[in-house]
Amino acid sequence: MYQTTYHRASSVDEAVSLFGKSSEAKFLAGGQTLLPVMKQRLASPSDVIDLGKIKELQGVELSGDTLTIKAATTYYDIMTNADVKKAIPAIAYLTSVLGDPAVRYRGTIGGSIANNDPAADFPAALLALGATVKTNKRSIAAEDFFQGLFSTALEDGEIITAVSFPVPAKAGYEKMRHPASRFALTGVFVAQTKSGEVRVAATGASQSGVMRVPAIEAALKANWSPSAIDSVSISASGLLADIHGTAEYRANLVKVMAQRAVAAAS
Amino acid sequence: MSTVKLTVNGKAVSVDVEDRTLLVQLLRDHLNLTGTHVGCDTSQCGACVVHMDGRAVKSCTMLAGQADGANITTIEGIAKGDELHPMQAAFRDNHGLQCGYCTPGMIMSAIDIVQRHGGQLDEATVRQELEGNICRCTGYHNIVKAVLDAAGRMKVAQAAE
Repeated sequence: MYQTTYHRASSVDEAVSLFGKSSEAKFLAGGQTLLPVMKQRLASPSDVIDLGKIKELQGVELSGDTLTIKAATTYYDIMTNADVKKAIPAIAYLTSVLGDPAVRYRGTIGGSIANNDPAADFPAALLALGATVKTNKRSIAAEDFFQGLFSTALEDGEIITAVSFPVPAKAGYEKMRHPASRFALTGVFVAQTKSGEVRVAATGASQSGVMRVPAIEAALKANWSPSAIDSVSISASGLLADIHGTAEYRANLVKVMAQRAVAAAS
Repeated sequence: MSTVKLTVNGKAVSVDVEDRTLLVQLLRDHLNLTGTHVGCDTSQCGACVVHMDGRAVKSCTMLAGQADGANITTIEGIAKGDELHPMQAAFRDNHGLQCGYCTPGMIMSAIDIVQRHGGQLDEATVRQELEGNICRCTGYHNIVKAVLDAAGRMKVAQAAE
């Protein structure tokens, strides 16, 4: 790891001010991605500003039909939270199959979506549930937030403070886990909103990051059941291909994971 | 350079380190607590697992500064004098190790697993929960046996307290 200067911020305002004083700072939440990337010398921030101990970024709130998870809440605290389990059990499940137990103690929802890895789990949940990303400056709809591989709508120095999820009628998530990294080879999040809309998002599949899957949405809108997806055809064009799976394999995984997610949805 | 103050195995310590220092480097290189190992250095293998404020974390994937003010327990801190921790004793009795490289991390993760699951542990759960700890010798069979054995011993020990 290259030299860097570590700061621990005690508030969002302090973090913003530290960012402004640094030449090339990065915000650090759980560090489960940023630190490995710094160790590989793929990132060399002049300053690292730790958000992990900021109280206003911790916790979960359930208010009516909105579940709000603050940005620096760890995966472990999300998966064990009673409100999350009650309101959107699919999010508790998604978090429980993310990384491994030690990673889940450190990694955070804000860190995951700010990084927007094309195979990360949370972007699929946000997109399928129609979540809103809250920052220290504004609210951003999930559709506008994710902008391709490792790219988001966040501006320099902007800090995610929370994610608000409308509580759905039903939701489910399933993924084919990469056996070593635990990332999604492909994962699909399905949701039926309380107004009857069906939204489906896939991660680990597209070359441009998390994506909606309109063909599956239409099939499920007509008939919410795994068999409704049998006749859907997913094109391999634009899908990721690597040593772990071809684009055609991933196209099929989108269908199969969607079917499993519907079967598991509650 | 920064001064990091933390409690390690019950002892308050204050260490001057470069800001890029990892927690595992602080433990091994500055405090000479070399029981915590570095295996992969990429957050996959779990040889570096220690407890921070009671939670099993990968000390190769934390800056020392992030542990400022924390309570750290390493493999050196779990035995009571000459009396092994029940998890250590169970690993010995069940041949839960061969080369021993992964063992400190296995034991620290396993204690965390037992603490989280209490009496609800079965073989499938142990195998699933150990996914962040990699062993290249044992095929995990005796490690899983050791964790299940220790879960019983820890329950008995807790009841006796």
